[in-house]
Amino acid sequence: MKTFTYEKPATPEAAVKDIDTLGAKFIAGGTNLLDLMKLQVETPDKLVDISRLDLAKIEEREDGGLTIGALVPNSDLAADRRVVAKYEVLSRALLAGASGQLRNKASTGGNLLQRTRCYYFYDTAAACNKREPGSGCSAIGGFNRILAVLGTSEHCIATHPSDMAVAMRALDATIVTLKADGDRRRISIHDFYRLPGDTPQIENVLEAGELITHIELPAPIKGKQEYRKVRDRASYAFALVSVAAIVDVQDGVIASASLAFGGLGPMPWRNPAVEAALVGKAPSDAVFEAAATALLADAKGYGSNDFKIPLARRTLIATLRNVTGA
Amino acid sequence: MHFTINGQSYDAEPDIRTSVLDLCREHLGLTGSKKGCDHGQCGACTVLINGRRVNSCLTLAVMHQDDEITTIEGIGQPGNLHALQDAFVRHDGYQCGYCTPGQICSAVGMLDEVKKGWASHASGDLTDPKFDDAEISERMSGNLCRCAAYPNIVDAIREVGGAEPAGRTADEKDAAMEANARGELVA
Repeated sequence: MKTFTYEKPATPEAAVKDIDTLGAKFIAGGTNLLDLMKLQVETPDKLVDISRLDLAKIEEREDGGLTIGALVPNSDLAADRRVVAKYEVLSRALLAGASGQLRNKASTGGNLLQRTRCYYFYDTAAACNKREPGSGCSAIGGFNRILAVLGTSEHCIATHPSDMAVAMRALDATIVTLKADGDRRRISIHDFYRLPGDTPQIENVLEAGELITHIELPAPIKGKQEYRKVRDRASYAFALVSVAAIVDVQDGVIASASLAFGGLGPMPWRNPAVEAALVGKAPSDAVFEAAATALLADAKGYGSNDFKIPLARRTLIATLRNVTGA
Repeated sequence: MHFTINGQSYDAEPDIRTSVLDLCREHLGLTGSKKGCDHGQCGACTVLINGRRVNSCLTLAVMHQDDEITTIEGIGQPGNLHALQDAFVRHDGYQCGYCTPGQICSAVGMLDEVKKGWASHASGDLTDPKFDDAEISERMSGNLCRCAAYPNIVDAIREVGGAEPAGRTADEKDAAMEANARGELVA
């Protein structure tokens, strides 16, 4: 690990001022950052410890939604009775991720910013445009069975590893930040992540020194909720494919559907065409097939991850059967 | 830097990069916590920080100067074993023993999570989680045992945690273990 300087500011306002070099980073739970620092994939010259800032509360808002502090541990968010009662898909997604020990440490804000688990991103001897822009992509033509089939580019086929973020995308979350100049902004999760294109090292729209302070969930969406995750082990493994679904059936017709996907793309994936294929229709396998076709129309396999395309189709259909009762 | 570990005060000046695990093992002589992978994958380093189980390899000592850290040395000692330590001994919940301190610290934290009503991925109803063998396996999945003492680890935790036994009776398990010892594979 490269050495670094360490600051522990007392307030979010002081924290954003402490990010005063290009190599400075916030640290909260640290479960991903320290792992990457040990491998020298990340080499910050300064760590700004935000772990004890007063950002660890979950509060109800007047509009019926929740405001979640960025430092709420994943365990606490999953166990919060309001989340369990009204946003079960979020609790389920959190509980499907990592281990008990990691969930106790990992923060809500940090979970959104997890780096990919692509083997070549972790291997500093391999080419990786995300880790070292311009060096190439060893995953294309390499071992890529865990990697993306949607939203990729010739420069990067990494997946975003978070389960929590998939549920938050289905729930239309908003990310609240504090910028170095003291301004706050609210960013829809739908606008938060970036496709890799030719700059896979830039994964989201945060500016240098911009701190996630809260995540807002709107009032609960009507419908049955499910988080279905397919992985190589029964527990403690990243998703090959996952589906977060909130589907409401009224009088035998799908009244609304909100669907997001993990394991398929460089960001928690959502495609309005999938929902459009469902809404207004009576639930049936033919309708579910059409939704899967909409999801996977542009899917592209890279050899060892080709299986994800039929796996995503089947996982989506199985999830839709369950949430609609069809 | 100042630390509180197992109720005792320590002063140390480790390098800024030092993990809680390396602080305990290399600076303070508390070698009960083990380093397996050093990347949060195996759980051998599990300790309790303010009562919550965490991977001590994945957190910096400098970030925990105001916290109560509990390692296996603070869970129990020879002659005064914690109920889980005693159960691991009686159920033979290990072979080489390297993962055991992490397993036990993790189980202490896990049983507290169960007491708080926290659900898991194995829970059917998140508002009313049952506590059974499937729950124990899921909740302990962050602790690997390369000797694969898992059935006996589950037995030990079940006994202390009060879970309902699943599958084979104790007699059936003994018969299966004897058959395995004779070289007959029992699924």
